[in-house]
Amino acid sequence: MSKATLLRIRLVLVIVVIVAALFLFYPPKQKVRLGLDLQGGSNILLECIDTPNAKVDNDAVNRVLEIIRNRIDQLGVAEPTIQREGTRRILVQLPGIKDPEAAIDLIGKTALLEFKDENGKTLLTGAHLKKAITSYDRLGRPIVLIEFDKEGAKAFGEATSKNVGKVIKITLDGKEISAPVVQEPILDGKAQISGNFTVESAKHLAILLRAGALPVKVEIVENRTVGPTLGRDSIRKGIQAGIIGTILVLLFMLIYYKAFGFIADIALVANLIILLGVLAGIKATLTLPGIAGIILTIGMSVDANVIIFERVKEELRSGKTLRASIDAGFAKAFRTIFDANVTTLIAAFALFFFGAGPIRGFAVTLSLGILSSMFTAIVVTKVILDYLTMSVKSLSI
Amino acid sequence: MASIKDMVIKKDINFMGARKIAYIVSGIALLISIISIAVIGFNYGIDFAGGTLFQLKFEKTVDVGMARDVLKGFNLGTSIIQQLSHNELLIRTKKISTEERRKIIKALEAKFGKADLLRLEEVGPAIGAELRKLAIYAIIFAVIGILIYVAIRFDFKFSIVAVLPLIHDSLIVLGVFSLLHREINIPTVAAVLTIIGYSLNDTIVILDRIRENLKIVKRKDMEELVNTSLNQTLSRTLNTSFTTLIPVIVLYFLGGTVLSDFALALFIGIIVGTYSSIFVASALLVDWDKKTRVSNKKRVPSAKRA
Repeated sequence: MSKATLLRIRLVLVIVVIVAALFLFYPPKQKVRLGLDLQGGSNILLECIDTPNAKVDNDAVNRVLEIIRNRIDQLGVAEPTIQREGTRRILVQLPGIKDPEAAIDLIGKTALLEFKDENGKTLLTGAHLKKAITSYDRLGRPIVLIEFDKEGAKAFGEATSKNVGKVIKITLDGKEISAPVVQEPILDGKAQISGNFTVESAKHLAILLRAGALPVKVEIVENRTVGPTLGRDSIRKGIQAGIIGTILVLLFMLIYYKAFGFIADIALVANLIILLGVLAGIKATLTLPGIAGIILTIGMSVDANVIIFERVKEELRSGKTLRASIDAGFAKAFRTIFDANVTTLIAAFALFFFGAGPIRGFAVTLSLGILSSMFTAIVVTKVILDYLTMSVKSLSI
Repeated sequence: MASIKDMVIKKDINFMGARKIAYIVSGIALLISIISIAVIGFNYGIDFAGGTLFQLKFEKTVDVGMARDVLKGFNLGTSIIQQLSHNELLIRTKKISTEERRKIIKALEAKFGKADLLRLEEVGPAIGAELRKLAIYAIIFAVIGILIYVAIRFDFKFSIVAVLPLIHDSLIVLGVFSLLHREINIPTVAAVLTIIGYSLNDTIVILDRIRENLKIVKRKDMEELVNTSLNQTLSRTLNTSFTTLIPVIVLYFLGGTVLSDFALALFIGIIVGTYSSIFVASALLVDWDKKTRVSNKKRVPSAKRA
């Protein structure tokens, strides 16, 4: 194969890579996975806590996880993540949640329903519930209808029989919801809870009662919630900063390095396309720090080209031909580019392994940006230069 | 731009002649940074100190003074209220319960109209301590990793002169944050790690050139050789720093509240890092070389090559 054919094949390969990358991330709205800080959502870390009554063990944590999963499923969140972290923690991620405050209530509550007599003695708990649904009373106020299982119905029947004419307090996690007076014994195991409910709060109570009470107390140890407006705002600002940054860097390179600058600019745009393509391709999650990483890459990625061009310039000054200078420049620049970038990669890896949450997104985009900038400088820039030097004998630099 | 170009073409800047001045400048900067870190300390943000932070957008125009009065009623100790726009407030307090936070928002709504919760961050003190530990591990891991890599690719001497400026850069960035009382959060640590990688990038390009020149001219005066290498790589060093500074500055002004501290740390770090690769790393190499030559003359020359 002649040199010209080989070059043509390399050129085609480069174009294929760039087009493939374009396809991978276009349209970005569908292809790029956004982190909770960009699309809005809640990232909540729960910790199970020992109480004198209930010690945390492996089984308890698993049950807590199941119950919380139940509650969230009923809330109707698209694609929630609920997983164990370590021995007594549970991570709950709720993307795109509209009402984070309601979610906090649903997740963090123990939801222990108790029926107590006038003296505060617990008669029975929600453990024997079979059903809990929302309904309305005759005045149209939201209520929660509950139904006990066989055992519960028996206990409830006894409790109501003993307390006719007296008050039975209904409490949730020790807080009184309502305190109705028992008119007559209730033997069929059906009852209604009427507090000062709104439609929403009645619905949430029903969800909590259906999913059951948590076996141990949980506490929200970390909660990072971003509303959808702020997320959209962050994306808009990020894109804006990215475009302005890119234009300024493109201009600088063009003014300072002229023809070489133009080639570096092509490489920079190719680099951005490849970076976004890989991000979408490996289904990495783009976070706000991740956007910062991409923007930083815009500036850093011309470095490899600058190293190469400065080298080529030196070779030209020493009297070599353009063709020879380009080859020598690339050969000498390669090792420098490699060593210089590996160290930044080490720092990015450290961030990835020890960092948590959105900041990992920064480590990912920074690492990928470094790798793709090395690729574009060594492969894309070289192809363009080789192609040009087939016809052009001198370049303005 | 033309003047930089002229200097580069002439290649006659005597960097190493000014290294005594550089040592003094760096020494003073380091001293101020260390004293500030020791005396003033760090203003840990919510990530490391724990606490509750919420950003609210109200219907009406807000007033920080009025908001402060509202918060006073809740007995929260020191809390920070920041006005982000005419109707946006950012409030940071110690970690408070969900109920307490809702009460505060209700009280504020009574003054400024309905509020939209834009952002809520709650970090328990234990988590803050854990994140602090992880941040320190990350930095130590990065520095050791880099030390090993440079030692393998270059040699021990190079790896020490490459890593010392990184400590110099990180300390100065953190010192400036301490002096300005800027909050230290996870993004700040990410910025410091990026600076470590970035500053080293500059240093390596220079060291690489020194190594290459050493192969060409074996017994040349080290000071002269380093000067030549610095001049040869100068336009690359400055241009790369400049192209990296451009997006960082854009990010500072347009990136929003979350990223502005991050961009500031990067901005300081890139400038200090560029300075340190030219003056600190190279100067250390020159003086180390001088010292070993002098002591080699005094003692019996070692058979083993350094």
